[in-house]
Amino acid sequence: MLQEQSRSVAMQIYLPIAEISVNIFLLLGLGGLVGLLSGLFGVGGGFLITPLLFFIGIPPAVAVATGANQVVASSVTGVLAQFKRKAVDVPMGLVLQAGGLVGSGLGIMLFNYLTRLGQLDLAVQLAYVVFLGSIGLLMLQESVRALRRSHRTDLPRPKARNHGLIHKLPFKVKFRTSGLYISVIPPLLVGMAVGVLAAIMGVGGGFIMVPAMIYLLDMPTKVVIGTSLFQILIVSAFTTMLHAITNQSVDVMLALLLILGGVVGAQVGSQLGARLKAEQLRILLALLVLAVGVKLGLDLLLPPGELYSLSTGRTR
Amino acid sequence: MTRVLAALIAILVLALPAQAEKVVAGLSAEDIGITASFDGSTVLIYGAVKRDAPEPEGRLGVIVTLEGPLQRVTVRRKSRAFGIWVNTGKTVVPEAPSYYAVAASAPLEKILPPALDALERISLPLAMQSFAGPLGENDTRPYAEALMRIRSEQGAYQLKMSRVKLVQDTLFRADFDLPANLIEGDYKARIFLLRAGTLIDRAESRIRVRRVGLERLVYTLSREQPALYGALSLALAVFAGWAASALFRLIRR
Repeated sequence: MLQEQSRSVAMQIYLPIAEISVNIFLLLGLGGLVGLLSGLFGVGGGFLITPLLFFIGIPPAVAVATGANQVVASSVTGVLAQFKRKAVDVPMGLVLQAGGLVGSGLGIMLFNYLTRLGQLDLAVQLAYVVFLGSIGLLMLQESVRALRRSHRTDLPRPKARNHGLIHKLPFKVKFRTSGLYISVIPPLLVGMAVGVLAAIMGVGGGFIMVPAMIYLLDMPTKVVIGTSLFQILIVSAFTTMLHAITNQSVDVMLALLLILGGVVGAQVGSQLGARLKAEQLRILLALLVLAVGVKLGLDLLLPPGELYSLSTGRTR
Repeated sequence: MTRVLAALIAILVLALPAQAEKVVAGLSAEDIGITASFDGSTVLIYGAVKRDAPEPEGRLGVIVTLEGPLQRVTVRRKSRAFGIWVNTGKTVVPEAPSYYAVAASAPLEKILPPALDALERISLPLAMQSFAGPLGENDTRPYAEALMRIRSEQGAYQLKMSRVKLVQDTLFRADFDLPANLIEGDYKARIFLLRAGTLIDRAESRIRVRRVGLERLVYTLSREQPALYGALSLALAVFAGWAASALFRLIRR
């Protein structure tokens, strides 16, 4: 006879893959918070959810894999809206995709190698610090400049920088929606880099993809978000599958709760976002990205409270 | 003929008072099911001391240990390299219990002689020795200590001795709180009966901890059909994303 314990006052849920028991409302709240931010800023929110999951004690491998699954849900919502506005450059998305799939495969190999070495946490933290730090600073600088410009409308907007090297590369293709005629090599490389990050960090990579498309590929801002979401959708779906197959670390129960919170939060966020100025939003996002980066950077620099850490293999 | 004789001898041997005192033990639950709402459980181990002679002299002690399934644990140590804190050293403990707790009718040092502790590996540091190897001269010692410290903080190892309630030196019970982060497997309970520092009798029981229902289904699917499991997780995410945008579009209209 099986004895079932139900002291359901605390509303705990036992996560079958993570093998820990967590409060349901904590997970819904986390999902909701990240959804709110993703609705507000048009990012997947993976860069926030993965560190937050680490923080509540979800094993890193499960957090990364499940984070990727959660990104799929939030990017589906986003990409559907963008398709309606015809703001998705499908050929460009496919080229980024091709790079992304290769990158995500490489990323999984690297992920498994780092797990064996015991340096996964370090790699994830370093990646966060480097990318969040530099992108946060770039965005902050850019949006402060933009805000100043909007106050002094008489000044002409500086022309987009031309990257001489990019225009000299072979295999040029016409991307009609973006109005670009460039080589496929830079988007392939950008896609690949984001794929590697997606696999290691459990993020969609929107926070790196969006600036890369604007500043490196010179894509018009109106198609950037849609195309980035389209690419992120496929790459994070692929990453989820690879994690499920090679590490068996996707926790569907965890993902479901995060997604439920997330979809509601995302809608609230996009309503809220419509009332704020674009420049203000970008400054807020930049500050948020920087804050996460600084927090993780401090964790690496300051002496930890506990020098030792445990990781368990399979149960005998 | 020989068979009947053997049986008779067996009965005679059993009837002989080989041991004056015996321990009889029972468990409150032989199976614990981990459901989605599982948030820990209490296990009650109870029993009685059976005597067929008047109670001998000396102090009676009852010690109960509960041990979770063994796992391979890698303990890593951070140290400063290039200005940041990096994992630099590691030790693998091939078999460490996922849970360990000891309960006794009196403070361990009063009823358990160190030699017996070393033999039966009852107290946590000694129980760990059988898994981690001798904690002594070699440099794995800080790692084994860290394992015990971290697991104790998590509540998986219970250093704080819980009490075995002993009634009239005959009936006893021990309560163990199993944490919510329980892993599947067989949990082994050992009961030691001591009289004046000597082991008189011992008993062992097992508690099966298994995922049940949805938890079982999800876990099995993820291990046995990982591709199908991944596809289902994706389908769920895509559906949730689509449903959310469809729903909110309806609301806005």
